[in-house]
Amino acid sequence: MFQQFSERIQGVLRRLRGQGHLTEASVNEGLREVRLALLEADVNVQVAQDFLGRVRQRAVGDEVMKSLTPGQHLVGIVKEELEALLTGPGQKLKTSAIPPTTLVLCGLQGSGKTTTAGKLGRLLKERGHLPMLASVDVHRPAAREQLATVARAGSLRCLEQAGEDPVALAAGSVYAARQAGCDFLIVDSAGRLQIDHKLMEELARVVERVEPAEVLYVADAMSGQDAVRSALEFHKRVKLTGIILTKLDGDARGGAALSVRSVTGVPIKFVGTGEKSTDLEAFYPDRMASRILGMGDVLSLVEKAQSTFQEGEAEKLEHKLRKAEFTLEDFLEQIAKVRRMGNLKEIMGMIPGLQGISSGEVDENRITRTEAIIRSMTPRERSSPQLLDGSRRRRIASGSGTSVQEVNELLRQYKQARKLMKMFSGAGPRPSLKSLARNFKR
Amino acid sequence: MSSSEDRSSDASSHKASGGTLGRLLRGLSRTRDGLVEKLKDLVQAPARIDTDLLEQVEALLLLSDVGPTLTNEVIQSLKQNASGRQINSWSELVELVRTEMKGILSTARSTLAIRPASGPEVILLVGVNGGGKTTTAGKLAARWAREGRRGLLCAADTFRAAAVEQISIWAQRAGVGLIRHQGGSDPSAVVFDSMDAALARRCDFLIIDTAGRLHTREPLMQELEKVVRVIRKRIPQGPHQVLLVLDATTGQNGVEQARRFLHSAGVTGLVLTKLDGTAKGGVALGIAKELGIPLRWVGVGESVEDLVEFDPDAYVDGIFQERPPA
Repeated sequence: MFQQFSERIQGVLRRLRGQGHLTEASVNEGLREVRLALLEADVNVQVAQDFLGRVRQRAVGDEVMKSLTPGQHLVGIVKEELEALLTGPGQKLKTSAIPPTTLVLCGLQGSGKTTTAGKLGRLLKERGHLPMLASVDVHRPAAREQLATVARAGSLRCLEQAGEDPVALAAGSVYAARQAGCDFLIVDSAGRLQIDHKLMEELARVVERVEPAEVLYVADAMSGQDAVRSALEFHKRVKLTGIILTKLDGDARGGAALSVRSVTGVPIKFVGTGEKSTDLEAFYPDRMASRILGMGDVLSLVEKAQSTFQEGEAEKLEHKLRKAEFTLEDFLEQIAKVRRMGNLKEIMGMIPGLQGISSGEVDENRITRTEAIIRSMTPRERSSPQLLDGSRRRRIASGSGTSVQEVNELLRQYKQARKLMKMFSGAGPRPSLKSLARNFKR
Repeated sequence: MSSSEDRSSDASSHKASGGTLGRLLRGLSRTRDGLVEKLKDLVQAPARIDTDLLEQVEALLLLSDVGPTLTNEVIQSLKQNASGRQINSWSELVELVRTEMKGILSTARSTLAIRPASGPEVILLVGVNGGGKTTTAGKLAARWAREGRRGLLCAADTFRAAAVEQISIWAQRAGVGLIRHQGGSDPSAVVFDSMDAALARRCDFLIIDTAGRLHTREPLMQELEKVVRVIRKRIPQGPHQVLLVLDATTGQNGVEQARRFLHSAGVTGLVLTKLDGTAKGGVALGIAKELGIPLRWVGVGESVEDLVEFDPDAYVDGIFQERPPA
């Protein structure tokens, strides 16, 4: 189902073409599809609406990059805005002047607080800290045993206290951590619904009592529309300082990350990516943005094109192509550009129509040799290849560590490419990439 | 959702939070409650079903996690069947949407599970981490034990720390036996033993609580397939019910979860937990439509009585309700 969905969106984005600037009509049409993608990814309806409003404002009238279709250009803008929204200052953990630095984990039932407590402890320990874990969950059966077991598995200190008052337990844990000389204290609180007034009150009192450096909201990456409401209520009651997104190892697109981040304004600090105690990673806004949009292939192409082809360069190339001035120097430049874009196989896989060429057919070594051959030529030879007689070819072969046959082969390819490019000239640089790729088939 | 009235403490806390929620919602103009209010205003006087009204209904469905594809279907169908029609009351509008939704839900298979004529009825609980499987296992056991059926729980979650301790507390509460192994042992082995025990003790039901697993983890899904094979070795017709436990806060990924668990364990029904929050679990409708898996139980609270049989009418009402029932 998702596959079909993603194809449909790309279909619409492909239709938006042929304009130098993004018009209001094409932006609206494109954003309708982007809205669907966001909703399918569980971004909150209202959050998506606000977000698209911002994108619309920025996109209408924007000049489309030469190397992209308007649809791709629009997706590029969407991605940038998404990333900006997900990026927040203070992604690192805050510490207190007086140890222990206390971190309180809170959230709904089943979001993964206890597991995350263990992972955080492990991470801190690896960074040379001495963390202590303490549970103040007096509600769920065996919750405290679970934390103790998690701690044992990671050789972490865990405070085991008796008692049924979470506030007293919390206070006791700060004291115990200080006594034990621990510089971090991780307080695992009970899962609770944000509308459970009594339990929210209890959490507020725990937080008040321990004065934590961080109040971290643990959110399930699979959550839907309601993520906004619960996060907001928690934020209101205990003033969150960060978010930890769990269960990202599944295939949920994780729109909740955007929702929670945009309604609370606090940064996402970590993501949980597996069941092992080491599966806690730093948060990367760009990865998350691609994941939410779910157009990974289009996005990578857009990004790479953005970072590689400057507007002017593309224009110059187009001009040269029209006048059939495409020299070996340009050929080399093209190769260098393609290589800057990354692995050729990967790039070919991303371009619609080129996926058919199986990856095994592209030989990276051959590109390297081609580069070496051209580099062994004099500038004059590069711009006027007709100069290359047998003796020059022998010199180039020995200079580049190849054979005369290979030099001949390259010149043949170059002629072909030149012919091809003349045919496609005026259509922009995309076909040149295609023909170039064809030249590197084994 | 017929939330029981005897949760006195919970009930009062819901009421108390009403004011807070009200304030919270004024900030977010398009949250569910705001929408319901707006819709109610729209149909106060006789109103026509027009684009504006349908847009509100659409947003309401989306916010209930019904998902863009299915929501669009419902709205298109409403447009076709009722566009321009006059509505005289709120209940008329709810009824109209209810009819559409029920049409969708009816594509799911019969919700009746047939209990075996003899031998224990084997119920397997599956799902991703944190959905509420262990709690559901405990509540189901308690409910059936109270009906006078002899039951047994099997602690097949040998992975999560202290899962066995958690379910043993539930077994005590429910007053049923528990088959358990050491943590970290092979779940299939515990299941095998529990089958023998259920047969020997002439139990009426055996509820197997499995470890939470993300549906994308292939080896874990294979482990689950093995559990099913082990059950069939002892009771070829088993498991009689395979219940997928789904957190009501789950978004559209729920469909993918259901698809994979259906493939590996042959899910026969859905349990929607944590419906006492503000989430509506609308993805269950998508699952019913897409995979034909019926919704069987809903969890509406933490106590034993808070697991109730699914009632489609009450469910759709819940979507159009401003606040969770208290």
